[in-house]
Amino acid sequence: MTDQTIPTMGADTSSTVATPAGEPILEVDNLRMYFPIKSGGLIRRTVGHVQAVDGVSFQVPVGGALGLVGESGCGKSTTGRVITRLYKPTGGAIRFDGRDIGNLKPRALKPFRRDIQMIFQDPYTSLNPRHTVGSIIGAPLAIHNLVPKKQILSRVQELLEVVGLNPEHYNRYPHEFSGGQRQRIGIARALTLQPKLLVADEPVSALDVSIQAQVVNLLQDIQREFGVAFLFIAHDLAVVRHFCPEIAVMYLGKIVEIGERDRIYRHANHPYTQALLSAVPDVKQAAIGGRRERIRLEGDVPSPINPPSGCRFRTRCPLAQEICARQEPPLLQIGPRHKVACHFAGELGQHPFKPVTARLLGVDDQGNPDPGAGPPTELFTQPGFADTWFDIKGRSSVEP
Amino acid sequence: MEAFLTVDDLKVHFPTVDGVVKATDGLSFGLARGKTLGIVGESGSGKSVSSSAILGLHRGTNAVVSGEIRLDGNNLLALSDEEMRMRRGKEVAMIFQDPLSSLHPYFTIGNQIAEAYLVHHKVSKSAARTRVVEMLDRVGIPQADRRLNDYPHQFSGGMRQRAMIAMALINDPSLVIADEPTTALDVTVQAQILDLLQDLQRDFNTAIILITHDLGVVAEMADDVLVMYAGRAVEYGPCKEILTHPEMPYTWGLLSSAPDLTASTSGRLLPIPGTPPSLLNPPSGCPFHPRCTHRDKVPGDLCRTTLPELLPGHHREDHTKRCHLADPDTVFRTEILPNLAPELVEESS
Repeated sequence: MTDQTIPTMGADTSSTVATPAGEPILEVDNLRMYFPIKSGGLIRRTVGHVQAVDGVSFQVPVGGALGLVGESGCGKSTTGRVITRLYKPTGGAIRFDGRDIGNLKPRALKPFRRDIQMIFQDPYTSLNPRHTVGSIIGAPLAIHNLVPKKQILSRVQELLEVVGLNPEHYNRYPHEFSGGQRQRIGIARALTLQPKLLVADEPVSALDVSIQAQVVNLLQDIQREFGVAFLFIAHDLAVVRHFCPEIAVMYLGKIVEIGERDRIYRHANHPYTQALLSAVPDVKQAAIGGRRERIRLEGDVPSPINPPSGCRFRTRCPLAQEICARQEPPLLQIGPRHKVACHFAGELGQHPFKPVTARLLGVDDQGNPDPGAGPPTELFTQPGFADTWFDIKGRSSVEP
Repeated sequence: MEAFLTVDDLKVHFPTVDGVVKATDGLSFGLARGKTLGIVGESGSGKSVSSSAILGLHRGTNAVVSGEIRLDGNNLLALSDEEMRMRRGKEVAMIFQDPLSSLHPYFTIGNQIAEAYLVHHKVSKSAARTRVVEMLDRVGIPQADRRLNDYPHQFSGGMRQRAMIAMALINDPSLVIADEPTTALDVTVQAQILDLLQDLQRDFNTAIILITHDLGVVAEMADDVLVMYAGRAVEYGPCKEILTHPEMPYTWGLLSSAPDLTASTSGRLLPIPGTPPSLLNPPSGCPFHPRCTHRDKVPGDLCRTTLPELLPGHHREDHTKRCHLADPDTVFRTEILPNLAPELVEESS
């Protein structure tokens, strides 16, 4: 048995199945997830909240893939867990296939659980060591009562073959497999119910590079073959770039920049995205001489219990000015499929000196209310992208 | 001039009930003061086991260590346990991968760092404390005189790793072994820690062995690179040389399998097929041959039958590799580079 990819799939080499403008299978609208902090003692009063996810909106197209990146603690995993309804959201809507599943009761949720499955990060702790691979992969079928008991085994073997494992091995235990093979078992389990959306939370972070490439290829084959949509959560910017045509960058519970792959990786407009990209060590750059200029971010991510006022990134931002503490920057659409939340949005080295957002918010350049500026402009706040956008260089609305 | 650290034919074997696990099998390298050696390879390739041998961490276990490790002229393997103990943490120090599990949760950060200092210096506790504050300050922990009373759980991941670095450097060691020092950290924090290591190396003229699986980190930090596979060095030489003219298929595999920030996204990733070999029962001949896609280019089944020697390659004397391929350079330029960096094909031909 080898860890090779399955020969029946993947003859086609184009990686983007998703047409970016396709109908969304998942639409997340102003999603919030606050975890209460209880005081000690007998009466456990709520003394505060960890604002893990605070007003996040995005869409995942049918059969498409959205990447969610950010540092640890930015809320990307929590977002994934709320979407799979492992948590009940504090606010906002999760529209799956057009229906809001954010408030459904467990019983009403059951049919949706089939359609949304999760792949976990750690292949060692996400498989029950006391169960055979066959019973791990077959469990979802039994729970949802989908196929007669006698057929479960043949379906399990089919799935093992799809993920590139030997179908004879259904009787083995997880410890008999290597890390890469275990991750394949986790993927087979997620595929059992033929989901429409897979939430992959750091699916390859625990694997060696050579094995990582095998698993990424497998996930792409699966996406092509079965038309599954992916919410791909990872901190590895290179892997996300390879896998996802669209990427959202999160910082401290909010999306700071979202857009098409090329817009994010080549024309990032948010200083945080730029810092994140510049911090990735690059073999090629170093090999052909000299590394890129690194933007050094000082300090750590602030606590989500007491996030900074205004823009949450301002405490570490090299561009921060007064307005950043006073006004929260709106997630402004600045291109056909590109949104950014920054008062001084601009490509690296071309950040404007005056806030681009002041007039839209009806404030002056320091962020104080400005009666002369006129009323704040009505901004597009829907999860998707609008047909018109705001041109940051011309400072005006643009239609294609 | 002899290098500051020379490792010669190092073997670390673990006898088990199933047979002998040859975790490191005949490893040789050298390292000068103020330089960085990057050791790369997959998990289980023997990176960590080899460097723990330098610290004498296999003493008191059933491991069989042989060969020679000379630090500043002294063979560390010939020292008594007590002599080794006096050097460990003083001349050679280690930074571990996971700072949360390598710090004791019951003791304060200051307490743990001071302990490392007090073992090797006969000074008062308050003098040790002053030194700890100085070191914490040096590694960039704000309000060091207050934070040293914190427990590890009160530190963030990046700060814990800084504390680990402070602990490793407090005795001014001449050799620091950093075992995956940034693997558990975010990229922005990783960048901070790597910058810090470079600054400290410049200030103290420390030799660093950097163990990692991330070629990007190696490319930015290392002067020399040692690529390990199944307990052996398979390619060894100056960093830039190895990254621009790699001659061993395993190194090609490592370079090709990782996606980067500029490559085309339309193709598939090119993984190394198969899985790393078992060290209990390693493949015959070249240990990489079962996963190697170029073995057909070598006549006479040589890869399966004969272990290639670590010999100088085609470019320079100090760039050695373990491979039977007669003309790896052409294979690299025609088959590997076009996928890896199409924009570089013109330049190098």
